[in-house]
Amino acid sequence: MTDNELIWRIAGGSGDGIDSTSQNFAKALMWSGLNVFTHRHYPSRIRGGHTYVEVRAKDEPVQSRGDGYNFLLALGDSFARNPQEEAYYGKEELKPLYENFDDLREGGVLLYDEGLLDDEDVDEIGLEEAAEENNWHVVPMDLRGIAKEHGREIMRNTAGIGATAAILDISTDEFEKLIKQNMSGDMQEANLNVLHDAYEAASELDVDHDIEVPEGSHDEEQVILSGSNAISYGAIDEGCRFISGYPMTPWTDVFTIMSQHLPEFGGISEQVEDEIAAAALALGASHAGVKAMSGSSGGGFALMSEPLGLAEMTETPIVLVEAMRAGPSTGMPTKPEQADLEHVLYTSQGDSARVVFAPANIRECYTQTRSAFRIAYEYQIPAIVIYDQKIQGELRNLPASHFDEEPNADPGSVLTEEEIQDAAHHSSGKFQRFLHEPEDGSNVSPRSVPGQKDGRFLATGNEHNPSGHISEDPENRVAQMNRRLNKLDDIRADLDENTSHQTYHGPDEADYGILVWGSQQGTVFEAVDRLNENGHSVKALGVSDMAPYPKEEVSEWLESVDEALVVEMNATAQFRGLTQKELGKYGDKMSSLLKYNGNPFEPAEIVDGFESSIDGEELAASNMKYLPAAGD
Amino acid sequence: MSAFSAINEEREIERDEFTPGIEPQATWCPGCGDFGVLKALKQAMPEVGKNPDEVALFTGIGCSGKLNSYFNSYGFHTIHGRSLPVARAAKLANPNLEVIAAGGDGDGYGIGGNHTIHTARENHDMTYIVFNNEIFGLTKGQTSPTSPKGHKSKTQPHGSAKSPIRPLSQQLNAGATYIARTAAVNPNQAKEIIAEAIEHDGFAHIDFLTQCPTWNKDAKHYVPYTDVQQSDEFDFDVSDRAEAAEMMRKTEERLYEGEVLTGRMYVDDSRPSYGEEKRQIGEMPEEPLAERYFDEDAEWERTYDNLLEHHK
Ligand SMILES: Cc1ncc(C[n+]2csc(CCOP(=O)(O)OP(=O)(O)O)c2C)c(N)n1
Ligand code: SF4
Repeated sequence: MTDNELIWRIAGGSGDGIDSTSQNFAKALMWSGLNVFTHRHYPSRIRGGHTYVEVRAKDEPVQSRGDGYNFLLALGDSFARNPQEEAYYGKEELKPLYENFDDLREGGVLLYDEGLLDDEDVDEIGLEEAAEENNWHVVPMDLRGIAKEHGREIMRNTAGIGATAAILDISTDEFEKLIKQNMSGDMQEANLNVLHDAYEAASELDVDHDIEVPEGSHDEEQVILSGSNAISYGAIDEGCRFISGYPMTPWTDVFTIMSQHLPEFGGISEQVEDEIAAAALALGASHAGVKAMSGSSGGGFALMSEPLGLAEMTETPIVLVEAMRAGPSTGMPTKPEQADLEHVLYTSQGDSARVVFAPANIRECYTQTRSAFRIAYEYQIPAIVIYDQKIQGELRNLPASHFDEEPNADPGSVLTEEEIQDAAHHSSGKFQRFLHEPEDGSNVSPRSVPGQKDGRFLATGNEHNPSGHISEDPENRVAQMNRRLNKLDDIRADLDENTSHQTYHGPDEADYGILVWGSQQGTVFEAVDRLNENGHSVKALGVSDMAPYPKEEVSEWLESVDEALVVEMNATAQFRGLTQKELGKYGDKMSSLLKYNGNPFEPAEIVDGFESSIDGEELAASNMKYLPAAGD
Repeated sequence: MSAFSAINEEREIERDEFTPGIEPQATWCPGCGDFGVLKALKQAMPEVGKNPDEVALFTGIGCSGKLNSYFNSYGFHTIHGRSLPVARAAKLANPNLEVIAAGGDGDGYGIGGNHTIHTARENHDMTYIVFNNEIFGLTKGQTSPTSPKGHKSKTQPHGSAKSPIRPLSQQLNAGATYIARTAAVNPNQAKEIIAEAIEHDGFAHIDFLTQCPTWNKDAKHYVPYTDVQQSDEFDFDVSDRAEAAEMMRKTEERLYEGEVLTGRMYVDDSRPSYGEEKRQIGEMPEEPLAERYFDEDAEWERTYDNLLEHHK
């Protein structure tokens, strides 16, 4: 069988430079005209421990990791623990080579650094037999030795790239260009030498294999970036100039990117004492008139629950980012899961109202972060962007033009001083910040910011009257509550009219549907294509608006299919529960395919899951769970 | 017209401008020390020449948190213990605002203790007034972090086994650059201290002794007290850290022995405020950030022109 796609996996120890090498490899392939997508796997350890990154390259757009991989570059774990710990951890040095053997496709290539992994150990893992069985092409090379010849063994990454290029018959031009771009002086020269030497050495080996690296060409200039990049850039373009945070994986990525760039854009970044403070600072900055953002991951977001409620009650706009990882509690810090949906939707006391968007890919990370800011500031409501560890770190190329959008610095419904003079004031002179019925008939009562003349008001987390004073008057309570909650209907109408965040995939008419949210969307879409090729009749809907929920769109779509499978990365079917709650029916139409072992779905798993669900057969794979329809 | 014309408006300020007129009457109990803080704060405003529109007051939750219902400025009544982080960001967003934060001893030394330490450490240019009545007032008289050891309350019926927190010493160690203790029973000193604190360029911490006649009948704050600056016995240099530390130790010890010593405890005019430090290292814009959103000529850069190059 010939693979007409490349799924190249580089594996090593955490801290071995696996990440940067894979980024360069992906960029070089993008330069050569291919579309690329990376999938990253790393342990919750700083140095050492099996880590890998896959780069999938095709001539058509790639929106998912593939099934397994067909080329492994195993560098060994140079930070492996000391031998005494082997009994407990296994021989870590070797893990990059033999972990996930199962996923290496038949006929695949396995290139490993024999300079780092000694032969006896390699024998021990039964490589020879496995290779024979699977028709793998095993290529041991002294990558470390080649690197050492030119100075430092750390350059064995570059040697690995050179050897990969020779074996796959890819030109080294783009790699050279990258080295020249990223390095200078002796380092540049040494790396170029290592690249060439490894290329030469591997060419002589004449490895014969079935991988055909596709050729591609882009008709537009491309950029390659991660979900965290895209969220950060969306925020900056939408006028966000204040960020406050506290590190927690995987949210740290957005926080870091924003902190690095905000000062260049005239903004302010604050690392503070904890997440309560982080959210509170964002509120303070917004209260003072600045577009502000904060965020965290599960545990840190839990601490933000109270300031989040305060933002709702005081109608202070903020944007929070929630980067999910596997829970409960600190869970699995570096593994993705989609299990914080209910946490984000329902945390904080009272009948609370917030907006929640769940971008499904890097493209949407940018556009929906922009939507989140626009909605938050226009409607004076907190907006949350929820995504997960998978999108956070994966890289994908997009046309650069996707980001060629005008900036929007409009702070929304803030009045100028002139407008404040004409606005309603209390007879004490206080500005009527929280009118029951704003003049324009909307549910948004315009605001002033401290320092503006005659705009004084009190913001309070207690229920309050139009001028902001604490009030337990029953009529006032109902009027304020209704106005705050009614904003959600206005926002739904606004989104329906201006920016549909939902994505349809597959044929218009189909018997079956797959419903998906967030990071699993691309994988589901790929699976749907395969299912249709296999003779099934399936379409998919990717939902990104978690609140306010797109009831009409989803109802119509569910009406159009006989049955729907809801795919998500958690154990309790949270999104399916939300859908059923919001729509008030279809409980008998929706079943679930769930995965929560720390690894995202692969397309083939969804194909299997779907086929066994419609056949009513038990799932063969033990790493997934099927939850049948539950009735209304 | 500037976007924030109220800031630095040149005119005589009247004390009454800070009284909200026909707004709701105070719900504090008769004889509550909180009235003293309100009065001193209002009296300080004309002295520092601040007008109500340029003052942003941030409070926590508790009886003390009601302060901004009775004080006519921009106000933000936040959540229990969190006034400081909200206030800090407002100051960073618009350094021209006069930022004041206030809360109870439970608020600032208990639930918000972490923020209190970190705000002092960063030396934000703001004034923080802690209403120290040695009790939780609003939730009806439970033990607070400043209640004396052995203090009996409904939640500690056998008497608290904990020693009280030492807020002055704590804030000195944390990095506050102006630290004072005053009391509701001396409005003149209180007013002067608040005015000084507002004018101080850095984090000014005022531990303000307030009585709670409803729940803390044996608090010592009604007794006559000594102003340490006026008493020859306490001749010390407020700008000397070691001497200040010693003075604070005495103050904090004697309070629980029934002798109330108040006054300025530490003043450091040499350390730049946090905003200034941030500006110097290039992490704060020269002009107030909030102004930009109202400036029609402001240029808003896009990531497309700046950051995308790196990803090409
Ligand atoms: C998170 C949270 N916990 C508890 C409370 C209840 N609560 C309200 S005020 C208060 C104590 C206030 O005491 P203090 O700060 O000393 O202020 P005082 O009322 O004495 O002025 C408490 C515990 C709350 N509002 N929020
Ligand atoms: S309970 Fe105490 S602190 Fe609260 S208002 Fe009454 S006297 Fe003042």
